[in-house]
Amino acid sequence: MSEEREGMQLTVKEPLIFELSSPGRRGVRLGPLDVPEEPLDALIPAEALRDEGPGILGVAEVDVVRHFVKLSQMNHGVDTGFYPLGSCTMKYNPKVNENVARLPGFANLHPYQPDATVQGALQLLHETEEYLCEIAGMERATLQPAAGAHGELAGIMLIRAYHEDRGEDRDVIIIPDSAHGTNPATAAMAGYRTVEVPSDERGSVDVEALRAIVDENVAGLMLTNPNTLGVFDQNILEIAEIIHGVGGLLYYDGANANAILGYSRPGDMGFDIVHFNLHKTFGTPHGGGGPGSGPIAVVPHLVPFLPAPLVDRGEDGYFLNYDLSKSIGQVRAFTGNFGVVLKAYAYIRSHGADGLKAVSADAVLNANYLMNALKAYYDLPFDRTCMHEFVLSGRKQKREHGVTTFDIAKALLDYGIHPPTVYFPLIVEEALMIEPTETESRETLDEFIDAMIQIATDAEEDPESLHEAPLYTPVRRLDESAAARAPVVCWAPRGDADAAGE
Amino acid sequence: MYPEDLMYTENHEWIRVEGDVATVGISDYAQNELGDIVFVELPEVDEDFGQGDAMGVVESVKAVSDIYMPVGGTIVEANEDVLDAPDLVNSDPYGEGWLVKVRFSDESEMDSLMNAEDYQATLE
Repeated sequence: MSEEREGMQLTVKEPLIFELSSPGRRGVRLGPLDVPEEPLDALIPAEALRDEGPGILGVAEVDVVRHFVKLSQMNHGVDTGFYPLGSCTMKYNPKVNENVARLPGFANLHPYQPDATVQGALQLLHETEEYLCEIAGMERATLQPAAGAHGELAGIMLIRAYHEDRGEDRDVIIIPDSAHGTNPATAAMAGYRTVEVPSDERGSVDVEALRAIVDENVAGLMLTNPNTLGVFDQNILEIAEIIHGVGGLLYYDGANANAILGYSRPGDMGFDIVHFNLHKTFGTPHGGGGPGSGPIAVVPHLVPFLPAPLVDRGEDGYFLNYDLSKSIGQVRAFTGNFGVVLKAYAYIRSHGADGLKAVSADAVLNANYLMNALKAYYDLPFDRTCMHEFVLSGRKQKREHGVTTFDIAKALLDYGIHPPTVYFPLIVEEALMIEPTETESRETLDEFIDAMIQIATDAEEDPESLHEAPLYTPVRRLDESAAARAPVVCWAPRGDADAAGE
Repeated sequence: MYPEDLMYTENHEWIRVEGDVATVGISDYAQNELGDIVFVELPEVDEDFGQGDAMGVVESVKAVSDIYMPVGGTIVEANEDVLDAPDLVNSDPYGEGWLVKVRFSDESEMDSLMNAEDYQATLE
């Protein structure tokens, strides 16, 4: 074994499960039939019967177990390594949340059970709503939206319903140039025209530019604070005053809420609607197995527009209240992703108020520690104390050595580290957006710093090696262009390529 | 890299004027910054746009970007070839990778465009 490979995990090429199939091989064999046999066409109408068998794979139990365990070993997640994906808050998901979600009293509930038989679950929903409202500085919240973008859409629908209720016809949503891509997409989806407001030289909203573009056509502004540069917008009160001054509403994109828990509240900043990503800020699994949850909380005068039902408490206990006079309607079946809300409840309760403040303090400390260690090696376009994340630029490496941010991201894989978010936000050239989260130890952060410094050194001394990276991953550099230009999305047996859908 | 016979915008579009029709594309700098382009969306023939209006979209492995009209006018032709082979925008941005032809309405709008030398200066 070469010195280089020593200690590296053996990776084996794994075929698709379809390719492991052998006709006649089985995982389960049933015993002899012990009831009278009836012909199939006597039981099921001929037009509902298929002509061929269902094509079940011929694989034994051990084949299936080994196949999926191998695939899981090729994966990278917060349980396997550092995952500093900016604006995505890939924080560790405490296992106590999973234990709570598996309690039979919660796991075996059915959404059609009468309220009287699910009082504990309703109480949990009600209390989670109260906690989120307290954290956001808002009046009431819906837990229905299934993800952040879903919460955004519900929030923008609230803005539309609010203005229509007042007999006003407004058609513009203002979006900063540093915004998450979902913000303009959401506004367009909801039928609004988007107008972009530029950032100033400190990375905040350019207040004078904002003042110049607002008028009575503005339905609202979508903003995340801290923004995607990891910069807290110190002018937020003035921004709120400008938008409210023309009758518009402020929407808070909560993707970056991990920076502010217990320190500042969107409601106090002047926002009218807030979404939280429970799968970012409140420790529930993010991506892959998810699912997500994107509750939205609102100020008192928007409560009548919230999606029904809310969980309220009456004389007979908790109940689903559908009596919201101006509700935009239900946006998700039942009460949303209950299991996810349950895990977030466990997260909030196991941390407590002080614990949540410590989450944000540590997240911000970790980000500043990394930023200050790395700014000597990579350009830092907005050099000021950051919040929970910061954005480096690989432009120096690109100009001087022909090493792109893409190469740097791929090289990190060889260190067992998931790369940061790259090429976002769009206003930073060759962007590397880094969010370490609060749970990472000093040792883990130092390992990342060492890896980034080594890559910067390699860029100077041996740039070619970085174009080749990664070397030690189960698969090498994938052809993203071919995958996007001519994706093959349906499997077909070998030699039957025509059957594969393109 | 930036042909002398073209004019450029600060959003990295170029135009080539022939009579009252201008051909529009994106510059070599733009295609290089975007990386491999995987999808192009163009307007329909006869659609009208003002100067600076978003008229199409280019999507690369890195980002999705609007394409803006360097001059106002009516679309007379859209390049069907780049819809099927978006990599033409990467390989030949000033030739086969052109995007639309527009019959422009106001020649004075050209005054706000840059020549190759000025455009190159903005990139440094």
